[in-house]
Amino acid sequence: MAYSKELIDHYENPRNVGSMEDGASDIGTGLVGAPACGDVMKLQIKVSADGIIEDAKFKTFGCGSAIASSSLVTEWVKGKTIDEAATIKNTDIAEELALPPVKIHCSVLAEDAIKAAIQDYKSKAATANKGQDAAE
Amino acid sequence: MTAKTWTQNNPLYLDYQATTPTDPRVVEAMNPYWTEKFGNPHSRNHHYGWEAEDAVEIARGHVADLIGASTKEIIFTSGATESNNLAIKGVAKFYGDKRNHIITCVTEHKCVLESCRALQQDGFDVTYLHVQENGLIDLDVLKAAMTDKTVLVSIMAVNNEIGVIQPLKEIGQLCRANKTFFHTDAAQAVGKIPLDVDDMNIDLLSISGHKVYGPMGIGALYVRRKPRVRLVPLIHGGGQERAMRSGTLPTPLVVGLGKACELASKEMAAEAERLHGFQNRLFEGLKERIPEIFLNGDLVHRIPGNLNISFAYVEGEGLMMGIKDLAVSSGSACTSASLEPSYVLRALGVEEELAHTSLRLGLGRFTTEEDIDYAIERIAKEVNRLRELSPLWDMAQAGIDIKSIKWAEH
Repeated sequence: MAYSKELIDHYENPRNVGSMEDGASDIGTGLVGAPACGDVMKLQIKVSADGIIEDAKFKTFGCGSAIASSSLVTEWVKGKTIDEAATIKNTDIAEELALPPVKIHCSVLAEDAIKAAIQDYKSKAATANKGQDAAE
Repeated sequence: MTAKTWTQNNPLYLDYQATTPTDPRVVEAMNPYWTEKFGNPHSRNHHYGWEAEDAVEIARGHVADLIGASTKEIIFTSGATESNNLAIKGVAKFYGDKRNHIITCVTEHKCVLESCRALQQDGFDVTYLHVQENGLIDLDVLKAAMTDKTVLVSIMAVNNEIGVIQPLKEIGQLCRANKTFFHTDAAQAVGKIPLDVDDMNIDLLSISGHKVYGPMGIGALYVRRKPRVRLVPLIHGGGQERAMRSGTLPTPLVVGLGKACELASKEMAAEAERLHGFQNRLFEGLKERIPEIFLNGDLVHRIPGNLNISFAYVEGEGLMMGIKDLAVSSGSACTSASLEPSYVLRALGVEEELAHTSLRLGLGRFTTEEDIDYAIERIAKEVNRLRELSPLWDMAQAGIDIKSIKWAEH
């Protein structure tokens, strides 16, 4: 199976590897997949007060396509609003990396990871807002 | 001397359980039988036929010698898959009206398991023995599974994924005592470990050409004559191979298998000792460089040319992509649409998350010490790189039990 240049580049030189402070209120963390299924992605976003994703980090346990898919989405989400980031589709990821059919699930997982990170950020923000409302 | 350089398009071959390169001496022995000595070994009327027949019979002798059989007990086939099909279905169909129970094991090769499944469709009872954590069957469990209806026990000599050697002699004794035939798929064992069909009470034994440095497309089945084992053939025709396997014998391939067995008889002991040293060097070298790696299958009851290791927290296929200059095999089978890890590793009780992190490393005749050191270096570097990318490694370092997390299975 021949992989695309883009995929191999992301696998060999993954972008934005790392972790951010999980507890911080401006950080959203998505952890998707399962070790028993052979892939786990952790994707984190740091969101500014006006809803822009300032930074993104990932760590992935999985095949080369899973690593490349998560590396790619960290690049894509940076600078986007959380609403824009939520529109990233797995098909865009699969197309960019030219994923073979058996690897499409990796792009699905990457999409899930962004959505989960955004969801986590929003629920944290909602809790923080509620706290603020109660204080006022 | 400059060190060999290995690349993606010319990788270091460490997959000797998948296939072995044909030994150049084997190719040389085969060569005349394509062009000059091209006769049909079944032609009885001229020199071309006779010289081909002579070559076939010499080859048959080499195959027989390697396993302590007589020439009349060797049937040539297209490979171990056909031999396994013929042994299992052939015996079952011949004796099935009196005895209709077969015992095999969950870690067998697919061609054994699927042959047994096919017989179940025809009304046979099949018991699939579980294996112990080390990959070996429990003899007490085998004994308990045997009944007066058990016509055949089919247990592989050496497992293709984890290289473990089953207790053949003890299985043979149990079978003989129960008047049950004992078939063993010895594709991964022939030429690797000493085999003696009489000493081990083996009644049927499958051989593959391309796992013993012979050509692909040829194999053999040993069928005991005293006491005689009878088979219903799978392939009907001109009655070649004592009517158990019709079809013109491919003389060059038969000669190749014979030469490969002859070489194995001579060189097996020295080769096993050399590979044992390499196996040890590789395993120790990896353990020294990489924490938290786990060997799958018994280390002692194992052929020297195999290691199957789980590199915890790093997915096997992802790892293989990083070591493209090494030709190895993964136990994760993530490329298959099923996403199921190896059924053999699962049968040992290896947890799915660890099964997904395993590599099979196969060493053989043309492996060098330099190759071993290169493999250690490359695997260690890549495992350590990928662990830095792995959220599971982070969790493990932070003391989080990954089993305590509620994962969404997908």
